[in-house]
Amino acid sequence: MAGVTVFAVLFLHAESQEEVMGLTLGAAAALLLLARFGWNALAAVSFAGHSRTGQAAVLIGVLIIAAVFYDQHFPLLMLASVLLYIVVCLGLNLQFGYAGVLNFAGAAFFGVGCYTAAVLTSHTSLPHLAVVLIGGLMAAGIGSLLILPVLRTHGHYAALVTIAFSILFRVFLEVNDTLGGPQGMKVQGMEILGWKLNDSLAFGEIEISFYANYVVLALVMAAVAFMLVRRLERSWIGLNLDAVRLDETACAAFGIDVARWKITAFTLGNFLTGLAGSVYAMMTGFVAPNSFTFGDSLILVSIVILGGLGNPWGLSVAAAIVLMLPEKLQFIQEYRLLLYAALVILILLFRPGGLMPRQVRSYLPGWKP
Amino acid sequence: MSTLLTCDSLSMRFGGLVALNQLSLAVSAGEILGLIGPNGSGKTTFFNVITGIYQASEGRVDYLGHDLARMRAQDIYRAGVTRTFQRSRLCLPLSIFDNLMIGNHRRLNHSLWFNLVRRSAFRAQFEEQYAQALALVRTFSQSLAERLFEAAGSVNMIDRRRIEICRALISQPTLLLLDEPSAGMTHEETRELMDDILIVREHMPGLAIIIIEHEMNVIERITERCIVLNYGQKICEGPYAQVAADRQVQEAYLGTE
Ligand SMILES: Nc1ncnc2c1ncn2[C@@H]1O[C@H](COP(=O)(O)OP(=O)(O)OP(=O)(O)O)[C@@H](O)[C@H]1O
Ligand SMILES: [Mg+2]
Repeated sequence: MAGVTVFAVLFLHAESQEEVMGLTLGAAAALLLLARFGWNALAAVSFAGHSRTGQAAVLIGVLIIAAVFYDQHFPLLMLASVLLYIVVCLGLNLQFGYAGVLNFAGAAFFGVGCYTAAVLTSHTSLPHLAVVLIGGLMAAGIGSLLILPVLRTHGHYAALVTIAFSILFRVFLEVNDTLGGPQGMKVQGMEILGWKLNDSLAFGEIEISFYANYVVLALVMAAVAFMLVRRLERSWIGLNLDAVRLDETACAAFGIDVARWKITAFTLGNFLTGLAGSVYAMMTGFVAPNSFTFGDSLILVSIVILGGLGNPWGLSVAAAIVLMLPEKLQFIQEYRLLLYAALVILILLFRPGGLMPRQVRSYLPGWKP
Repeated sequence: MSTLLTCDSLSMRFGGLVALNQLSLAVSAGEILGLIGPNGSGKTTFFNVITGIYQASEGRVDYLGHDLARMRAQDIYRAGVTRTFQRSRLCLPLSIFDNLMIGNHRRLNHSLWFNLVRRSAFRAQFEEQYAQALALVRTFSQSLAERLFEAAGSVNMIDRRRIEICRALISQPTLLLLDEPSAGMTHEETRELMDDILIVREHMPGLAIIIIEHEMNVIERITERCIVLNYGQKICEGPYAQVAADRQVQEAYLGTE
């Protein structure tokens, strides 16, 4: 854990392309070595076993990273974004990793959250906590318009429906003048119960970037979403979702209502995505249709696949890698879609379980038969 | 014993193919009924129709006052009818325990509140169900009982059959449908499996079983009565000895072996 934290700090700190490249290769080599000696699986097991201490260590790690960069905007913005994207990917993981509902409109549902925040903060004086909640509900609600086709059509056709929606959403934003058209909209900074997240804090000489506020908020959101998804997985509901993904006929023969659980996973996943979107919009202060393309949705799906379907830890690591690498390595920017596509294909070929494959379910942490 | 299940002129057509043709039969509570017949005679189709996987083309299936032919599969299960599949349908990446709990669905609490928030109540239900699953699997195999939290895909074919039978038994059904449970097993393994099923049945008074089986000594040993299908029609019915002596049955089925 300590090693990972130090690495993250170094990585965010690195300026030159050479440094970043070196660090990346170093990390990749270290991972390969670990994998070679089977420590990969060991790490996954130890995570599962000591989830309390593991979780605490991760929280502290993130806070340390934030503390190191307390006065710099960019690394903190990066960190908060990664945390919010983890919330989104946790939602996608509920849908795809567990229930097997492939959603290629992740970025669109994120966008629904963003635009909800933009509209509500500029036209109403609703408390921002309510705005975030409504952002989640809007995404879940618009998602439920898609649920009928998603349920009625099987397998890949359901995925096509979400692709269509994703494209439609962007076109809708671009031609809609009340939502700012292609130029997008400005969004107010967030304020929760008097806590203005866009004000930077100052303690005497030391001035802390206002993004630190968002890091704290995003960290809380990610932690809560993480706990929610973990608990769900370790329950009869998690089992139902897995069964729905694996064998619908067997489900029917044993009373598992396939539609009910697909709807539950889809709605809950979109809700999380919408929540994260509305906070993200208030953090960046600006929304535009360009940020919610089909390509962005693909990246989200690739994060979930890379991390290991159904593995919240795996996808958190994958989210960090996939989001930070192109920011740091500019030459990747242009080719990032290509790169992820290649990576996903490689992973699916050689490690279908993802970087950190999921273990069999343990219902109670630390429970032994 | 009282009648549990009555089929009345049940038919199932796939396009021009008549897989079940005006089938009528009755099953009593607590009975073991054998269902035999050549390949493609409609045995599995019969199971699929009464478990709601297929919608019957015509006819009724009366079960404790319900008409199974008009019900959804999941409601038929809740009413106490469970089955195994001819071709194993376990969720292989999930643990053996998970697979059993899929079969136990109707006895678990599925509310979001219970599962996410009331974790100590969840723990109590989990431990209770674990104890029951353990006891059930032990009846079949001690070594399997020790591996409940391993992936179902990691055990051999015979153990997978056992898991599938346990999955169908664990919710304490009223009617159990077994589709060739001994396929791929040796005589000795088959005998053991049948004995285990009979042991479990002693604790479930009233459990009726319909078993599809090509192994005639299994049918002879455990069934009280058999029904022979040919081209979706019932051609004979009665105790095994009587059925085996029937000339029509010998021509259609037994004679070919
Ligand atoms: N879904 C389906 N669509 C079309 N035809 C089907 C379908 N299911 C079964 N049939 C046909 O119905 C007939 C009866 O099949 P069924 O599987 O019930 O036979 P069976 O008695 O179980 O045979 P076996 O001993 O080989 O298992 C066969 O001719 C089969 O091809
Ligand atoms: Mg069959």
